[in-house]
Amino acid sequence: MDAHVIDEDGWTVAGRHFGSRLIVGTGKYKDLSTTAAAIEASGAEIVTVAVRRVNLSDPKAPMLQDYVSPSRYTYLPNTAGCFTAGDAVRTLRLAREAGGWNLVKLEVLGPPPTLYPDMPATLEAAAALIADGFEVMVYCSDDPIAAKRLEELGCVAIMPLGAPIGSGLGVQNPLMIQMIIANAKVPVLVDAGVGTAFDATFAMELGCDAVLVNSAIALADNPVLMARAMKAGVEAGRLAFRAGRIPRLGAANPSSPLTGLIR
Amino acid sequence: MDASTEPLNLIVNGEPRAFESRMTVAALINALELDLRKVAVERNREIVPRSTYAQVALSTGDILEIVHFIGGG
Repeated sequence: MDAHVIDEDGWTVAGRHFGSRLIVGTGKYKDLSTTAAAIEASGAEIVTVAVRRVNLSDPKAPMLQDYVSPSRYTYLPNTAGCFTAGDAVRTLRLAREAGGWNLVKLEVLGPPPTLYPDMPATLEAAAALIADGFEVMVYCSDDPIAAKRLEELGCVAIMPLGAPIGSGLGVQNPLMIQMIIANAKVPVLVDAGVGTAFDATFAMELGCDAVLVNSAIALADNPVLMARAMKAGVEAGRLAFRAGRIPRLGAANPSSPLTGLIR
Repeated sequence: MDASTEPLNLIVNGEPRAFESRMTVAALINALELDLRKVAVERNREIVPRSTYAQVALSTGDILEIVHFIGGG
């Protein structure tokens, strides 16, 4: 296998092809120039963005679009902060008008401290958005039944959490993530809980199509270095998944031949 | 009284805003010094398509939400 074949490994969501399997959030950075530098280092082609009221008292404040160009990166508007299906649908209709994009990230959350996906509300919002022409990538619980329902509704990607949002605990339930992957015909992404590069690698080794990371990069001591680490981690995990890992054995298996030893 | 000279009282992003005369959505965005290409507008819970900003006249009592994209995960 030559280098060209090794590198030729993108993924497709809603008919759009991407080379990078890392999606990054644009929240929580200390400033917009760090946001831009970290995203550049991550190699990501898709970035999640939030929809909020403009600040009327400071209309000339620097804007995300001035630092992270929507012509270079695919903006994936989210519904962060929405706790009802109605608010999520309303938010994404505004996002579509602001940017003209149909590809969106739906999340409807339960209250703190879990911020766990509210699956009945998520299913309701997904149905309404799909009926309105949106292409919905959906944040969800690590529940294979709910994931299948979302896929059957027409969601274009299923995005179970690895661990609670912002917790940095990594993939807590790899068995269920693997079951979701095994049963899905659309891309599956681990969306929340990544704490460091290892967690992204682990998610990719499970067979995820991509990983979504925000806090782990934005809040790292050096966000640009961590972004680069996440890029490497996602690539390593994907390559290892494609390569096929060795079986886990209950006993030693020597790496050097036991024949031809000197006597 | 000519409608165009009536004062216009709006709620914009939750704040009361008073203007001296009636105006369109496009004029409001301009008056607020916002970049028309980077915002979306909801008027009384209905999306205002960008292509209609110059035609949609606002009325006293209208409740507007004007949003844009910010960093988020």
